[in-house]
Amino acid sequence: MSSYSITEATGRQKWVAGVLVIGYALITLMPLLWILATGFKSSPDSIAYPPKVVFEPSLEGYVNLFTTQTRQSAEYLEANPPETWYEEIVHDKGMVIAGPSRFGERFMNSVIIGFGSTFLSVFLGTLAAYAFSRYRIPLKDDLLFFILSTRMMPPIAIAIPIFLMFRTLGLSDTHAGMILLYTAVNLSLSVWLLKGFIDEIPREYEEAALIDGYTRFQAFYKVVLPQAATGIASTAIFCLIFSWNEYAFAVLLTSGTAQTSPPFIPTIIGVGGQDWPAVAAGATIFLVPVMVFTILLRKHLLRGITFGAVRK
Amino acid sequence: MSDVLLENVSMSYGSTLAVDNLTMTVSDGAFVVLLGPTGAGKTTTLRLISGLERPDSGDIRIDGRSVVNETPAQRDVAMVFQQYSLYPHMTVRENLAFPLRSPILKTPEDEIERKIREVAEVLSIPHKLDNKATELSGGEMQRVSIGRALVRDPSIYLMDEPLSSLDAKLRADLRVELKRIQASLGATMLYVTHDQIEAMTMATHVGVLDEGRLVQFGSPREIYEDPVSLYVAGRLGLPRINALPAGIFGGAPSEAKTIGLRPEHIAHGDGKPSTVSRVERLGDQTRLHLQLDGHDIVTLTDPHTDLEAGDTVAIQPRNALYFDASGARIA
Repeated sequence: MSSYSITEATGRQKWVAGVLVIGYALITLMPLLWILATGFKSSPDSIAYPPKVVFEPSLEGYVNLFTTQTRQSAEYLEANPPETWYEEIVHDKGMVIAGPSRFGERFMNSVIIGFGSTFLSVFLGTLAAYAFSRYRIPLKDDLLFFILSTRMMPPIAIAIPIFLMFRTLGLSDTHAGMILLYTAVNLSLSVWLLKGFIDEIPREYEEAALIDGYTRFQAFYKVVLPQAATGIASTAIFCLIFSWNEYAFAVLLTSGTAQTSPPFIPTIIGVGGQDWPAVAAGATIFLVPVMVFTILLRKHLLRGITFGAVRK
Repeated sequence: MSDVLLENVSMSYGSTLAVDNLTMTVSDGAFVVLLGPTGAGKTTTLRLISGLERPDSGDIRIDGRSVVNETPAQRDVAMVFQQYSLYPHMTVRENLAFPLRSPILKTPEDEIERKIREVAEVLSIPHKLDNKATELSGGEMQRVSIGRALVRDPSIYLMDEPLSSLDAKLRADLRVELKRIQASLGATMLYVTHDQIEAMTMATHVGVLDEGRLVQFGSPREIYEDPVSLYVAGRLGLPRINALPAGIFGGAPSEAKTIGLRPEHIAHGDGKPSTVSRVERLGDQTRLHLQLDGHDIVTLTDPHTDLEAGDTVAIQPRNALYFDASGARIA
């Protein structure tokens, strides 16, 4: 072994690289950590100045997030002692729990609409991308350009026509309407991304499967799909992140039954001003599904992002 | 196994005619080798028989039944591709089992296991069965893809330069092995290659393609010794046949334009003097590069020859082949 190598980093280089990476991670993670911490602060702590780094953790924000509360007289509170830990938190503020808040529903709406539109975008996108990649289609290039062109202006630019269309068709404030809308927006990304991945899969594999006794659909299912898994996973992540975070259309087109979390979270207002811990708690919970989904598929995502640059 | 018949088959890709009015019979149990340079239509012919391409006109019959409207699966053919032949997301075992598990064959699992072991033994890959296809070397991959054809018992085996990516020793071993398997199964095989030794040693028949047309079809000896044209003569033979102006030695037929001299057609000792420009000693043979009236000639000589560059050797033709201006053989 020589003391100098051009491929192996020296201890000093590793140390510098480590510091840089940790520094960058701290900068990017700071807002997330801030939100996470705020969710566990008491209301006064959350707006304390200078901000409290060390504080007494409290679940008040989470309890406020999931419940609606009413103020009661001291006699009433005396007569009805709290039975559970969360009732006790509310009780200490001179209130009682009146019932669950709407956060659960809104969160479920996000899950249904986010994952529903992601599934549909990827499902339709895979089929379309396969067809564009493998078949001789008249006006193929024009069709592909048309699909891409739907992404050329910000979707919100057509918000008014969409709003009117949804009202006429009775799609306003419905799960189906939001799933369709997000699918339509995501589809161009999904078709183009997936076409790139499927183009990279040599046709010989399907041809071999056809000769091995399989139909075209079976060849697609058994040979192309497993190899496109990377592309499908990374496309799904991109689609989910968009539909999960989408705010403008959600504000415009949903208000009740189909309202998603992004327009709902800012409306969480406690008694006597913004209830920051509850908002932070909502934001924290809101982050979890995308985070879990991305971590589950991260192996694919990394290959997806570097796709084309690195041969397997 | 069965006869495979192509009748006046034509097919073009866009404006390029890939196969031009091709008529050919691969009879039951025959080992037919297709020869021709890149673009001659060899691979297209295999794809037409397998059903991956549809002919623009003409008929393809397997066992007497017209298959042009059948899917590849219905035709019951096995094909070995030149590359990209293994399913990369499967293990070797799964690759070999894949055709047997198809809805067409639906082989029982114990039968699959037996066949896989048999074929793995023949191709000396039994220790690799549980490897991922991507973990194999190039040679191993190609053996597995040959194995994927051999586990089946199809009407015809189609092989597109299956040995071209292998190293010399493996190629020699597998060549012998493939021929042995073909002979013992009585398999019908259509085989594309550029390799002279493969063509000469494995084939019962050789078909030579030129721009999509079948220009000669016959036994390997016939193709080598009695080619119909300069083009066919150039397909076989190493060193390649020397093409020289017909009159260079005198005594050529009057309409001859070119004389074709294979190394064994050149007698040393008498005749016209030529200059040795280079001596290549290959061990078992020695190639002699000669200059004759400004023309290069390559021939063979005694492995232990004393000749060196600059020496003069007298040469004359012996049983040479003569071709007219269009390249057609006249004597």
